[in-house]
Amino acid sequence: MTRIASCKSRTQVKFQFNGETLTAFNGDSVAAALLASNAGPFRTTPVSHAPRNPYCMMGICFDCLVTIDGVGNRQACLCEVTDGMQVETQLGRRDIAK
Amino acid sequence: MTVDPDVVVIGGGVIGSAISLGLAMRGKRVTVLDGADIAHRASRGNFSLIWVQSKGLGMPGYADWARKAALSWPVFAEQLERLSGVDLAFIQPGGLHLTLSEGELEARKRVFIRLREQCGGVDPYPWEILDAAQVKRMLPEVGPTVTGASYCPLDGQANSLRLLRALHIGGNRSNVSYRPLHIVTTIEHRGGEFVIKTDKGTFTAGKVVLTAGHDNARLGPMVGLDVPVRPQKGEILVTEKVRPFLYYPTINVRQTDEGGVQLGDSVEETGFDDTVDLRVLSAIAGRITKMFPLLENVNIVRTWGALRVMPRDGKPIYDQSKTCPGAFVATAHSGVSMASVHMLEVPRMIAAGALDAELSCFTSERFQ
Amino acid sequence: MTSHIEYERRYDVVVIGAGPAGLASATSLAEAGLNVVVLDEQTAPGGQIYRSATRSPISDPKILGTEYYRGAELVAAFEASGAKYVPQAIVWSVSPGWDVGVSVRGHSFLISADAVILATGAQERPFPIPGWTLPGVMTAGAAQILLKTSGVVPDGEIVLAGCGPLLWLLAAQYLRANAKIACVLDTTPRSNWTKAIGYLPGFALSPLAAKGAKLLLEVKSSTRVIANVDSIKAVGESGLNAVEFTRNGTTQKPIGAKTLLLHQGVIPNVNLSMAIGCEHVWDDTQLCFRPVTDEWGETSKRGIFVAGDGAWIGGAVVAEHAARLTALKVADRLGKIAAGELSNRASRDRAAKQRLVRGRAFLDKLYTPAKQFRVPEGETIVCRCEEVTARQLRDVVALGCAGPNQAKAFLRCGMGPCQGRMCGVTVTETIADARKVSVEEVGYYNIRFPIKPISLGEFAAIPTTDEAMKTVVRELPPGVTS
Repeated sequence: MTRIASCKSRTQVKFQFNGETLTAFNGDSVAAALLASNAGPFRTTPVSHAPRNPYCMMGICFDCLVTIDGVGNRQACLCEVTDGMQVETQLGRRDIAK
Repeated sequence: MTVDPDVVVIGGGVIGSAISLGLAMRGKRVTVLDGADIAHRASRGNFSLIWVQSKGLGMPGYADWARKAALSWPVFAEQLERLSGVDLAFIQPGGLHLTLSEGELEARKRVFIRLREQCGGVDPYPWEILDAAQVKRMLPEVGPTVTGASYCPLDGQANSLRLLRALHIGGNRSNVSYRPLHIVTTIEHRGGEFVIKTDKGTFTAGKVVLTAGHDNARLGPMVGLDVPVRPQKGEILVTEKVRPFLYYPTINVRQTDEGGVQLGDSVEETGFDDTVDLRVLSAIAGRITKMFPLLENVNIVRTWGALRVMPRDGKPIYDQSKTCPGAFVATAHSGVSMASVHMLEVPRMIAAGALDAELSCFTSERFQ
Repeated sequence: MTSHIEYERRYDVVVIGAGPAGLASATSLAEAGLNVVVLDEQTAPGGQIYRSATRSPISDPKILGTEYYRGAELVAAFEASGAKYVPQAIVWSVSPGWDVGVSVRGHSFLISADAVILATGAQERPFPIPGWTLPGVMTAGAAQILLKTSGVVPDGEIVLAGCGPLLWLLAAQYLRANAKIACVLDTTPRSNWTKAIGYLPGFALSPLAAKGAKLLLEVKSSTRVIANVDSIKAVGESGLNAVEFTRNGTTQKPIGAKTLLLHQGVIPNVNLSMAIGCEHVWDDTQLCFRPVTDEWGETSKRGIFVAGDGAWIGGAVVAEHAARLTALKVADRLGKIAAGELSNRASRDRAAKQRLVRGRAFLDKLYTPAKQFRVPEGETIVCRCEEVTARQLRDVVALGCAGPNQAKAFLRCGMGPCQGRMCGVTVTETIADARKVSVEEVGYYNIRFPIKPISLGEFAAIPTTDEAMKTVVRELPPGVTS
């Protein structure tokens, strides 16, 4: 995905996705930040390991689950991205230590 | 024209489905009459353990029956999996009952000692009391406040929802006629036959088996059987799917093969109210976080309250009617633990027309 | 970390959701002198329709259109009203009393109130087609949220598919933002026109008509619209590559695309009202379950109100009027309206709401989604969480499974983290179809708390009692006394 030209300037935020540094803007959800960078998949399913990306963007489908700062199964569409945030693909089932 | 069944089984939960499948495997024509989608179905709400330890206190015959059920589970699981093509996720590594105080651990030990006394000085099944260090070796994720556990090697678990589905598929493949949404209004015993009226028609059969859970209390007297069961609520929480970490089932924490961790449970006398109570869920959550501190951050995706079908003394009821020969009742709050004998043993007795002496301790005469 | 202790635990009224209904009702209640709190999942007020209304990065207001900026006015009035606002607040239970269980940034606590207004709005109707779980396929609403909140649009070819006002609105907004729409696949069944035509006069008189006509013209004049599409398949391996479809039953040339945006209307978000135990009915026109409410939005549970699209799909402006009516009733109940004044004070919002409601019937009939897009067959996934297919569902119905709760037990559909939101109506309608009975007869999932996942630790932090503790400590097996 991409950003439209008609956008006000906002503070830049740098975060990591699977170790790669990406740029987003203050106020972006983690989901918007990842989609804008064409990063993904957000997760693989615990049932068939199929890749998934956000479907609803409003907190109800749970397809945007990622690991954020070491905590598994977070809803990327409900979390705002922050500077230095570590985001990882949620691979299947969560680990209880994570 | 349709042929009358040999047996009508009333109730399509895990008990009725196992018995009807067992009857069909013995060549009987079986019709199962089942209730509504939203009926109180203990078979959909249970904790899915195959549990032996503690069973039989106050009734040595139950200890023997529970041991037999656990020992027949491997054969039962293999047969049913082959017939249905459904993986039951059955494992029998032994199970633990974790304790959080010395008093609780001592109470566990007392259960087994009393049971041994009641069984003539011989343990009806093997058990051990484990100290905290032994528990830690088996379940590395337990927290420091766990004082120990009782352990019985016959305990195990299965996937009870898949068990129910497998029994239904098995029944379907064995020509069991399954009729959901048939509410039985009356059962009459006429000329050696049972005439069963439902809101959707009448069924006639030479034998009738009551496996209707809570509804057995209403249906029993229609065929001269006293079935004193009451609802007893248990509340359970289930986590999101997590990677395998719990290799032994415990009495109140077990991990399903799909990854979810079931956390239980409560014992509440609230009649037919099956709603969840936050104070009880909180109490369960508090105990579980002490047992497995790492679960504290894991998300709960579901909770439920289900109503155990609890006979007055907590033990199963298997009985046959004296006034209406050919009418049987089977009820227990351990439908999963007993599923093996319900498919492999009880149908043989029903087909033969009389329960074995081994089940004589379970009749409702004991309540008189 | 912000501690949860900063929040008061007792209000006159708790409002759940900060969309048009939540903002309007809370504003009215606060102005009436009541102590009211709005619990909102988002980081800023506006709900989905006015998402980021006060902080959208989009600089050209023409892109989103003037109606979107109504949200900023609502937010301004709300902020001036003195109502308390809690962002990032996930409501997960409402128990009798009323106690609202809410999780704010990982901490859960209970807030008690005399009345609770559920302003939880709508969700998009599930659109179960082959491949709808592929990355690159999302709802039109999701795409619109990305645009509003971050100015993000898909790059490369985009296909929009489905029916309903939101699809056309998004298409127009994309065109204004210079996004590249390959085409719009219009799934509105041709036969809907005959069903809708009788309602045209009511629609023509409502403000919706001119708005709708303008929007359609704007889209149809500058992008390819393919009508009478009667099947759609999203194709790809690790993500969407192409969209296959048929038109009037004839296979068409697939369209290469990286993004497919689906929409076929919205339905009330019923998980909370269901879990509370409010009575619900199946709405035959809007094809959804909705809570039974009186003219003020009160449900079958006294003190529990539903305002806005959560009760009946009428759109943002209807929601605003309905919410003000609900607020009046709540204020009256709590002694803030002079005796005999209630009806009088309700007249303006009631009349305005009525005008819009009349226009809605036409849209409901015209945009009733086709059966094949609601009631899937074969390998199409029904439950996205547990990956249950339509075939599996129909197989268990053939086995004798009569309703969604038995299906849930047999197949795990509805057991995942979304708790049935993405499959509930599909499962019910598919079972009804397979059994050839009405949807009412089939019923819905039994929804229980928590309606959103919260951690075990949060459960443990909810106050318990000695009595409750006694029910969970098992020294002896159940039924055995020492």
